[in-house]
Amino acid sequence: MLVTPDSQAISDSSVFKTSSFVFSKWNSALVVLSLLFSIPLAVVLGSIFFPETKVWAHLADTVLTDYIFNSLMLLLGVALFSLLLGVIPAWLVTMYRFPLSRYLEWALLLPMAMPAYIIAYSYTGMLDVAGPLQTSIREISGWQYHDYWFPEVRSLGGAITMLSLVLYPYVYLLARAAFIEQSICVLEVSRTLGCNAVDAFRRVALPLARPAIMVGLSLVVMETLADYGTVQYFGVSTFTTGIFRTWFGLGNSVAAAQLSALLLVFVAAFLYLEKRSRRLARFHHTSSRYSNLLQQQLNKGAGLFALIFCALPMISGFIIPVCFLIDMASDTYSHILNKDFYLLLFNSLSLAFATAILALLIALFMAYSNRNTDSTVNRFLVRFVSMGYAIPGTVIAVGVLIPFAWFDNTLDAFLTEHFNISSGLLISGTIVTLIFAYLTRFLAVSINTVEAALGKIKPVMDEVAKTTGMSSAGIIKRIHMPMMRGSLLTALLLVFVDVLKELPATLILRPFNFNTLAVRTYELANEERLAAAAVPALAIVLAGIIPVIMISNSISHSRAGNDSKK
Amino acid sequence: MTRAININDVSVSIEGRRILENISFGVEEAGIACLLGPSGCGKTTLLRCIAGFEKQHQGEVWIKGVRVSNPIHHLPVEQRHIGMVFQDYALFPHLSVADNITFALKNLNTKMFKQRLDELVELLSLQKHINKYPHSLSGGQQQRVALARAMAPRPGVLLLDEPFASLDVELREQIARELRQIIKQDGITTIMVSHNQLEAFAMADVIGVMNEGHLLQWDKAFKLYHEPETSEVADFIGEGVFIPGEVINDKEVKTEIGNIQGVSPHGVAQGKKVTVLIRPDDILHDDDSKMMARVKDKAFRGAEFLYTLELDSGTRLLSLVPSHHNHPVNEPIGIRLEIDHLVVFPRND
Repeated sequence: MLVTPDSQAISDSSVFKTSSFVFSKWNSALVVLSLLFSIPLAVVLGSIFFPETKVWAHLADTVLTDYIFNSLMLLLGVALFSLLLGVIPAWLVTMYRFPLSRYLEWALLLPMAMPAYIIAYSYTGMLDVAGPLQTSIREISGWQYHDYWFPEVRSLGGAITMLSLVLYPYVYLLARAAFIEQSICVLEVSRTLGCNAVDAFRRVALPLARPAIMVGLSLVVMETLADYGTVQYFGVSTFTTGIFRTWFGLGNSVAAAQLSALLLVFVAAFLYLEKRSRRLARFHHTSSRYSNLLQQQLNKGAGLFALIFCALPMISGFIIPVCFLIDMASDTYSHILNKDFYLLLFNSLSLAFATAILALLIALFMAYSNRNTDSTVNRFLVRFVSMGYAIPGTVIAVGVLIPFAWFDNTLDAFLTEHFNISSGLLISGTIVTLIFAYLTRFLAVSINTVEAALGKIKPVMDEVAKTTGMSSAGIIKRIHMPMMRGSLLTALLLVFVDVLKELPATLILRPFNFNTLAVRTYELANEERLAAAAVPALAIVLAGIIPVIMISNSISHSRAGNDSKK
Repeated sequence: MTRAININDVSVSIEGRRILENISFGVEEAGIACLLGPSGCGKTTLLRCIAGFEKQHQGEVWIKGVRVSNPIHHLPVEQRHIGMVFQDYALFPHLSVADNITFALKNLNTKMFKQRLDELVELLSLQKHINKYPHSLSGGQQQRVALARAMAPRPGVLLLDEPFASLDVELREQIARELRQIIKQDGITTIMVSHNQLEAFAMADVIGVMNEGHLLQWDKAFKLYHEPETSEVADFIGEGVFIPGEVINDKEVKTEIGNIQGVSPHGVAQGKKVTVLIRPDDILHDDDSKMMARVKDKAFRGAEFLYTLELDSGTRLLSLVPSHHNHPVNEPIGIRLEIDHLVVFPRND
């Protein structure tokens, strides 16, 4: 009641746990799986032991400073804007009532459905020289191009804006959850100590929410570093575009891997900073009592300001680009919706579905192997596999392609030499490679969801079931599965949508003549056929809305102080 | 206005439901008052109304000669200069003990800041803990930090919401006595809220008994116990039973256990039917007495037994008996009356 202890006690009552690593079939399978999914990372990191001095000298002379500068500026800009657009609306909708605040609570999440490259295509279509906005400016004023100044969308600043508009919801989501979780008593006590509303936010609510905000920010940073579609389209040279260019332009896969390793250093550095700041500030809520949040009604002026501040990111990050896409799609859909498009749809959906199912099965296996055990080895392996989410798709593609090509070539050489049979390229350039890369990147999503669900089933429930004579299979079927059904569906859907949206890894690894919605959108946009790109883009956005709805449902049911809190 | 706090005829409704009705009381400078009542009686709402978290639709709240609220004007919480300790203390988990205590000390120079911190740390014996974080403190320590934090800016009044509810039962009375000493030493006017009469007795100079939104009686603990003004107060404070009686004259009431002498605080007309409050300490066990009652139940309380006794007529009484008088259930024992305070209430039948 007084101090919330670290909730590690969940598995304490289990009598079945083993205290150290045991070599069983179960554990061996876990090790093999973990090793398999750590191959891409190992390959990328291992590449630094094969110096490519000539290429590096060239890179250092020409583009490397650009990569570093642009990546850093992009990171800083997106982080800053995401904080601004995420934290303040989160506070406003949590603590105050103003016009439409109820709707904005979930609508602020909508830009999450919008992949960065798609919002980039939309705004370029709108704001480019030939876009509707500048055209009407010229028509109305009679100016010519060059007669007036107009901000250039395809620039570093543009990339920062685009990424911020679709990534701020991560910060919003976590900040809001943290604000809701805060005991209202802590805020009330600050008022008895002479704090007004702004002081209470600055001195109490914000510092308390900082660990959660940092988690949101780290997601933003990872997504920013992983972005390829936006920066490529805007012609901003960053690490991801650099990796592409080094591989396909210079034809040097090792240097590309080394560049990937350098990018990973950035990711790792940030993750370290984030972890450290969280360790320094791991607050135990001293108050377990929650009174219902009493939202304060804002007066007219303040309410209007709050409405504008909250509505602006949502409108610019979702409503405007979607309207533009719909407008363009309405012109083109009749000759886009043909056999080719349905094949595209089928490819994308089946690929996403297959990956999601596999990810769920592997996650279930790993989560169960971690239950009922205290083994730090097991836990480390599962954590390690979960790291894939922090690795940009481009890097994973590089890390997958190199070893798979090596395997194919070695096998082919071996077979040709000994049996005079050529196996050709057996796995590289197939769906298998692609799904493997997706799994490496998105396993973390399903593992985290499944582990959380399994963690809620206390071992004592198993024990109760055992006393009624139920078998292990019976326990899983009649107790675990019904309790986890919702979470398993969530895990499935999250991976499904992530795969559907994924661009750079698909671009590199897809089999010849095999296209997905994301790749087709990218190709059409790069051929300056934005109107044609609108239909597949809308399909991706539509799918992206599913997890947004699920997330907003789950947060509105988890308000602390409500009876529904479990 | 010599009182530090004055509540004049305050009524509060929340969402159309009447929570408090016509509450009036005052607390002397440096006094400790306790609002006592069962949960849901409105005592916490009253405290939050004084703090400024709730608004009344009738009546006034005065703190230190300043009218802080009436139905039209409502001074915001942060401008009332109050200190409040919440039920679970609500310490700021992101700040050390020292930073928690000095949270409200903004406008002091370094020397005075340090001086106030040192004073409080010493007053509350927190020397060993000032660099710790709240989660590593025990419940009692957390409470002292919360108290120090509330007292730091020298508020006009200190409000305590169920200050002992989060503590172990064994510690409560001891901590209540310590707390009273600390508050008395500082001389700050205090209002606390409790549902536990023993805590209220240990802490407060004066107690207001509340039930269903009404303030039933505002008095010292001794008077609440021995001279309750209503049967509800008599029922809530202490233990006892009501037996029927009839007023013989203004100093004597006739009951089935004999005539009881004494002066009732509320005058009752001769011949009137009444109920008489009989406390367990009014009934003494006496082996020589001719009046007998059968033991129906007994509860061991260490030094004493609390016997539930039954007369031949079926009337039940409670009696506190030293625990070396161990009588089995159903045994008849001799009893004797020794009533100092006659408490009668009119009976309507």
